[in-house]
Amino acid sequence: MTVLTGPGPTASEIEEYLSAHERKSMLRFITCGSVDDGKSTLIGRLLYESKLILDDQLSALEADSKRYGTQGEELDLALLVDGLAAEREQGITIDVAYRFFTTNTRKFVVADTPGHEQYTRNMVTGASTADLAVILVDARKGVLTQTRRHSFLVSLLGIRKIVLAINKLDLLDFSQTVAAEIEADYRRFAEQLGLEDVVAIPMSALTGDNVTSPSSRMPWYDGPTLLGHLEQVQTAELDPTEPFRMPVQWINRPDPQFRGASGMVVRGSIRPGDPVQVLPSGNESTIARVVTADGDLEQAVAGQSVTLTLTDEIDVSRGDVLSSVRDAAQVGDQFEAHIVWMSEQRMLPLRSYLFKQGTRRTTATLSQPKYKINVNTLDKTAATSLALNEIGVCNLSLSEPIAFDPYDDNREMGGFILIDRITNDTVAAGLLHFALRRSSNISWQAIEVDKQAHIALKGHQPGVVWFTGLSGAGKSTIANLVEKRLHAAGRHTYLLDGDNVRHGLNRDLGFSEIDRIENIRRVAEVSKLMVDAGLIVLASFISPYAADRAMARNLVGPNEFCEVFVDTPLSVAESRDRKGLYGKARSGKLPNFTGVDAPYEAPEAPEVYIDTTLASPEEASEQVIAALREMGIID
Amino acid sequence: MLTHLQQLEAESIHILREAVAESERPVMLYSIGKDSSVMLRLAQKAFSPSAPPFPLLHVDTTWKFREMYEFRDKAVAEAGMQLLVHQNPEALAAGINPFTHGSAVHTDVWKTEGLKQALDLHRFDLAFGGARRDEEKSRAKERVFSIRSAAHRWNPKSQRPELWRLYNARVNPGESVRVFPLSNWTELDVWQYIRLEETPIVSLYLAKPRPVVERDGTLIIVDDDRMPLHENEVPELRSVRFRTLGCYPLTGAVPSDASTITEVIGEMLVATSSERQGRVIDHDSAASMEKKKQEGYF
Ligand SMILES: Nc1nc2c(ncn2[C@@H]2O[C@H](COP(=O)(O)OP(=O)(O)O)[C@@H](O)[C@H]2O)c(=O)[nH]1
Repeated sequence: MTVLTGPGPTASEIEEYLSAHERKSMLRFITCGSVDDGKSTLIGRLLYESKLILDDQLSALEADSKRYGTQGEELDLALLVDGLAAEREQGITIDVAYRFFTTNTRKFVVADTPGHEQYTRNMVTGASTADLAVILVDARKGVLTQTRRHSFLVSLLGIRKIVLAINKLDLLDFSQTVAAEIEADYRRFAEQLGLEDVVAIPMSALTGDNVTSPSSRMPWYDGPTLLGHLEQVQTAELDPTEPFRMPVQWINRPDPQFRGASGMVVRGSIRPGDPVQVLPSGNESTIARVVTADGDLEQAVAGQSVTLTLTDEIDVSRGDVLSSVRDAAQVGDQFEAHIVWMSEQRMLPLRSYLFKQGTRRTTATLSQPKYKINVNTLDKTAATSLALNEIGVCNLSLSEPIAFDPYDDNREMGGFILIDRITNDTVAAGLLHFALRRSSNISWQAIEVDKQAHIALKGHQPGVVWFTGLSGAGKSTIANLVEKRLHAAGRHTYLLDGDNVRHGLNRDLGFSEIDRIENIRRVAEVSKLMVDAGLIVLASFISPYAADRAMARNLVGPNEFCEVFVDTPLSVAESRDRKGLYGKARSGKLPNFTGVDAPYEAPEAPEVYIDTTLASPEEASEQVIAALREMGIID
Repeated sequence: MLTHLQQLEAESIHILREAVAESERPVMLYSIGKDSSVMLRLAQKAFSPSAPPFPLLHVDTTWKFREMYEFRDKAVAEAGMQLLVHQNPEALAAGINPFTHGSAVHTDVWKTEGLKQALDLHRFDLAFGGARRDEEKSRAKERVFSIRSAAHRWNPKSQRPELWRLYNARVNPGESVRVFPLSNWTELDVWQYIRLEETPIVSLYLAKPRPVVERDGTLIIVDDDRMPLHENEVPELRSVRFRTLGCYPLTGAVPSDASTITEVIGEMLVATSSERQGRVIDHDSAASMEKKKQEGYF
């Protein structure tokens, strides 16, 4: 590699060097290996050999090598890539790190992921943006369970190019027989996964043989060095003749004359004059201009960030996808999907999560997994849920249709994440494969007697008044009083109560966490229908989980949900115990009883807060009425 | 096929747009350095023909090079953006300076505390920063969208997984997001981009004769008369430039004759010391940058 050397390169040498470097391409790859296979040593060596280790880093490395190193007096190149202090102390890497090095022809971005516990989550993250995977094998150990696991994850995430790095051959006299056996063994397995493009390279990361320069100690090998291969390998050439897709990020509207849709082209290419479809609405138009800050373009290809203007004034907003009309993206709201669970909190079937794909955000629920996949054996086993680092196949149901391509056709159009609505953490990654039923008629059937018509007839705004609190807190008492007052004032109301619903609609449900979520989901959906019908719904349910109440809230309009937290200390509720439930729960006859052996997540910002130790039921109902007035539900 | 710089530019633009679309009150931290210059340029490109829909925030220490202040005001005026300057009033009142209080206290009070104050004061929920993953080992694991607690702390152990181009900018009340559009750029990429795009940068990055004194092996330029000279210290005129810009008493210059960007890159390619060495702050302790970040230093 020629980084310039010597005290003073001439200006023309620099110019020449720079113009070459300005034409470089970029390759992203991931390194996978089990602990101690030599991953850090290998990456350290690539950085070191590409001369990106500068003098002061080198002296820090020398000091670190003495202090933490495993190589005695030698430099421990692995320490170049061990980042955080805590990890250094434990001697392991715990997360995904990104490293960079550059040669004359390419810039490389390496996703470095550790091989231990959190492997699935980290490896999936690193693989999601990689074009190629380097899979390390310790030649003394051969292809291990972990090797299979890494290969499966890499293939799941759509990486088709594999380098099998057969490492530590220095410890086996650079044996050709060993290398050949490992390679054959691996190829047999890789074929089952559909990984065909495998290049096996025998090497020693420690001594550098076949890493950046050909090894004189392995004369039997005539293939490329690792770096040589990485420099030359063809990346999935982005094909401009593929169908065009651009998820819209932002509407650019500096003045009334200009209205553009900004985004990154993720598939195919686009030119002025090309017909496009806005999905999921299905409206069609034609590209007028491809705008960038550096002037209009004749064509934009995948990977470019641009702003497109259309010839017609049609509705386009963030979250829409601009698609070619030929081979347009599919639209759907029910899918089969692979789910990789990434949170310590288990997946809860039927719970509502935020869903993000492309630039679209909506809400989603997952079915119970159809099966989960043992990442070591690839066996499929039955499952009711997914825990951290587990992978399964589930049905995914969205609250509105989206435009997508199958993940195998395009990562950006088929990959999604799920976000917990309360903690806001990213809890899962998923891959869309196909829609369970195509949403063929994209626009909803227009209903002629619609919500507005119902409201007009009723003469008041509809809404949901959601009472939450412990059993015996006084929810039903207050809800009853509120309903009486509304009814007396001529409002159309309906009271949904835990007991009346559980005797009918929900009589198939028990009190496990999953059943409780389903109980609230059905009640929330019924409430929503009643709001569409123009009613004021009073829903009185313990509803202990914040996420479920948030889901109920999201089903109706912003000014249509009034959460009433009926707060009563557990001891007070328990002493009231009119139905004798706490007694039964305490004696173990009623498992999963909220407050006793199941949690209650108190609302953080309810519209109405009632402390029943201070307010009488009448005063409480007065508080609710006042809140409804303020929200404009009643006047 | 796109070159690596074209790809980096397109990705940064994508990040800038996502961040703006997913936040309510974004702001861009503007430190006047070369990375800020590139970040500002990318922001202009991302939202053109509109102006970037957020203000710039300079957390000032009053100890920047004079040239930096002049450059800042000019660059902001040209971009047509709003500039907010925050100087920690407590630091101002206490007269915190690097000479009497040391680099650690100076940086902590002016920058770390100052930044927290400014973000709280304006209730910004998202702040763009020009940090790069190649700058320092602990940064290699930093996300592009990085969550800070209500106390502005970074918790490297509980970072959100970041897949594909899907960024999760959602925060709980009080929390905020730091977004690093230059995450995947290296120092060389930044310089190449500046050269290609003819992006203006502070001329302190280019060599010229300046009055300097040598202290603890670091060349400090005497930028104004607030700098107390030690006995026997006589500023001498030497041709120097800066690889990184901070507070003038804390930023070491390197001897150099590179007076054009191309020459700077030439010197960089044969460089024998990495960029951050010029920052006195980093010598304080081994994992100091990481500690600073956990405490909220950008
Ligand atoms: N003999 C030999 N040892 C190696 C080689 N590569 C790595 N090692 C050693 O294997 C151990 C683990 O290496 P490291 O790079 O930390 O592994 P990681 O856990 O995969 O990052 C260290 O003691 C290395 O020096 C190799 O090619 N040959």
